[in-house]
Amino acid sequence: MAKSKKLTGADIFFEALKRENVEYIFGYPGGATLKIYEKLYDIDFLKHILVRHEQGATHMAEGYAKATGKVGVVLVTSGPGATNTVTGIADAYMDSVPIVVFTGQVPTHLIGNDAFQEADIIGITRPITKHSFLVRDVKDLAPTIRKAFYIASSGRPGPVVVDLPKNMINSECEYEFTEKITIRGYKPNYNGHLNQIKKAAKIISEAKKPLLYVGGGVIMADAAPELTAFAREFNLPVTMTLLGLGAFPGRDELSLGMLGMHGTYWSNQAVNNCDLLVSLGARFDDRVTGKVETFATQAYKIHVDIDPTAIDKNVLVDLPIVGDVKKVLKDLHSSMPGVPQIDDWWDEINGWKEECPMDYDVSDGKLRTQYILERLCELTEGNAVVVSDVGQHQMYIAQYYKFNNPRSLLNSGGLGTMGFSVPAAIGASFGVKDKPVISISGDGGFQMNIQELITAKANKSPVTFIVINNSFLGMVRQWQELFHAEKYSFTDLGSSNPDFVKIGAALGIPSWSTDKVSEVDTLLEKALNTEDGPTLIEFKVVKEEMVFPMVPSGGSISDMILERLNPKRMV
Amino acid sequence: MKHTISLLVENSFGAFDRVATMFSAKGFNLHSITIGETEIQDISRMTIVISGDDQIIGQVVKQLNRLIDTVKVYDLTKNDRTERELALITVLYQKGVLEELKNINDIFRGKVVDINNKSITLEITGPPAKINAAVNVLMPYGIKEMARSGTVALKRGEQIRQPRKELETTKL
Repeated sequence: MAKSKKLTGADIFFEALKRENVEYIFGYPGGATLKIYEKLYDIDFLKHILVRHEQGATHMAEGYAKATGKVGVVLVTSGPGATNTVTGIADAYMDSVPIVVFTGQVPTHLIGNDAFQEADIIGITRPITKHSFLVRDVKDLAPTIRKAFYIASSGRPGPVVVDLPKNMINSECEYEFTEKITIRGYKPNYNGHLNQIKKAAKIISEAKKPLLYVGGGVIMADAAPELTAFAREFNLPVTMTLLGLGAFPGRDELSLGMLGMHGTYWSNQAVNNCDLLVSLGARFDDRVTGKVETFATQAYKIHVDIDPTAIDKNVLVDLPIVGDVKKVLKDLHSSMPGVPQIDDWWDEINGWKEECPMDYDVSDGKLRTQYILERLCELTEGNAVVVSDVGQHQMYIAQYYKFNNPRSLLNSGGLGTMGFSVPAAIGASFGVKDKPVISISGDGGFQMNIQELITAKANKSPVTFIVINNSFLGMVRQWQELFHAEKYSFTDLGSSNPDFVKIGAALGIPSWSTDKVSEVDTLLEKALNTEDGPTLIEFKVVKEEMVFPMVPSGGSISDMILERLNPKRMV
Repeated sequence: MKHTISLLVENSFGAFDRVATMFSAKGFNLHSITIGETEIQDISRMTIVISGDDQIIGQVVKQLNRLIDTVKVYDLTKNDRTERELALITVLYQKGVLEELKNINDIFRGKVVDINNKSITLEITGPPAKINAAVNVLMPYGIKEMARSGTVALKRGEQIRQPRKELETTKL
């Protein structure tokens, strides 16, 4: 190997990022990272996106990573710069999003001295990172960055924090690129156990009432084509979690839509009545299972996951397969001895579909979120990248927008972070070139990272920002109505909400508002046809609308509430 | 049921903290945790004693394995193992009981490591149950201070059984 030249930590930082093919950094400069920003001034192989708040940077990196499958990169300064990233890191941890967060740090000799802008970010983020590094010798910098990207993107992906003390960035050492790295304690298992897979294939082919329960892992493993081929060939019903939506085409007749708390009636009935539940890259989250003691009790359970800790964590399973779901699905497909005979089971499922279809009140002619989403789905033919915030609109998106493709519903599933949508959509728009990117927020969440609209404008991000304004924190209001004696405590935003159109106008973003059903198509088309920058539409919708069906928190499927008129009615 | 888990971790910045944080983040309850050097330069051994049912222990082992710094995890409970703990126990004494304390110390095969005219410090080593017994016996005399090391453990070497020689029968 040729003996290499001496470089500063900042130079090595960019050399290492170049090796990882980084295209974008979402960042905000500060004292501890000045040297990096000095170098960045002359760097042209990647683009730095200046955010307006560091939380925005982490969500943008998440949006970019979720939409493309690549690692999202964040660069912030020490102290408050670092602590502002915490929510985004926790969000990425819960949803297994590969991001690497570089935080500036005070010089190593000052660590622990309560120096200016010092925060123990490694300590703060320890329970919410897949791994973290404090660089204590500039010689370690290049291999550390290599390890960080490898750990973030392999196995079950997740966020990695790399803390960079100022003197590490400034000091020099000889740089050698390390192609191969070894981490003794980290060897993700990609190949599922073949005998287990064969056993699973036999059980699936003999099942009378099988059900595929698909989670975000299928999308992360890029296993959507394998899943689609498998389900279609063997005529298997597919239900998806919030993060799994898009893994299987939503309009396909084998798709039962989402399961769980706000899942379809028929998918929850199918879970409750199946004799075989095949979990693919899902983790039996409490929003899916409700009361675990009553969840799919009579079903034989097969669980495919790359993370061994996901198995037997919430629900005990009969046949675990640890491995990459893409490889496992391929092996499973080729091991299948026959097609299961499940016509009766399909009759049963279709019966539930007819018994309780998804619908909503249209009699008063007022504007409802469900309608907007149906129209959006129609106009974009289910091909848009929809970036959801958290709350009622998120559940309506899951119910009414039929996603054709994986990586097209981006949202905060595990952590439920309000304020996710606006920055995540901007981040996604840098990675997605061939599809429209649409951010949908409620009036509450929209205000949580509203400052990033400036980033969108500054970068001419072609994002349609939709604000579903019901003047309430709608989902909390729904729980208050159903379970908290109708005390609408601090959920009414109506009188204090700003004029969203004026905010958009102040930023130079074309903005419209309506409360009329008749204007929905026109405005959506206007926005979708604007490709040279962001647009904003405010839809003023019915205030008191509630999301149904609903399985109350901790309840069983049999406690499902189907409509408001008679919330006590049990199924 | 109590489980003794032994793990080898990278001797790197924050490795111990990650293990400790995992226990608090997941809400597992620890009885004891120890860490020390091993025969390999950059690897430390941690011994963790924890109680829980099979599902909890299974999760603990998997969660420990999941940490990047963890090189190997063994649940020693399933194996034949040697467990030891060391206790330093300072007991106050009145005139006349010193002999009794020394006798107790002898029974537990302890060492007297410090003495003055008011108190005596004993060093007792053994399996945790033995330490508990010693503490129990010494308690009535008045324990002034006590420090326990926590459990360290190793798997016992596999016993290779030599085939028994067949009884030689004298040929008639």
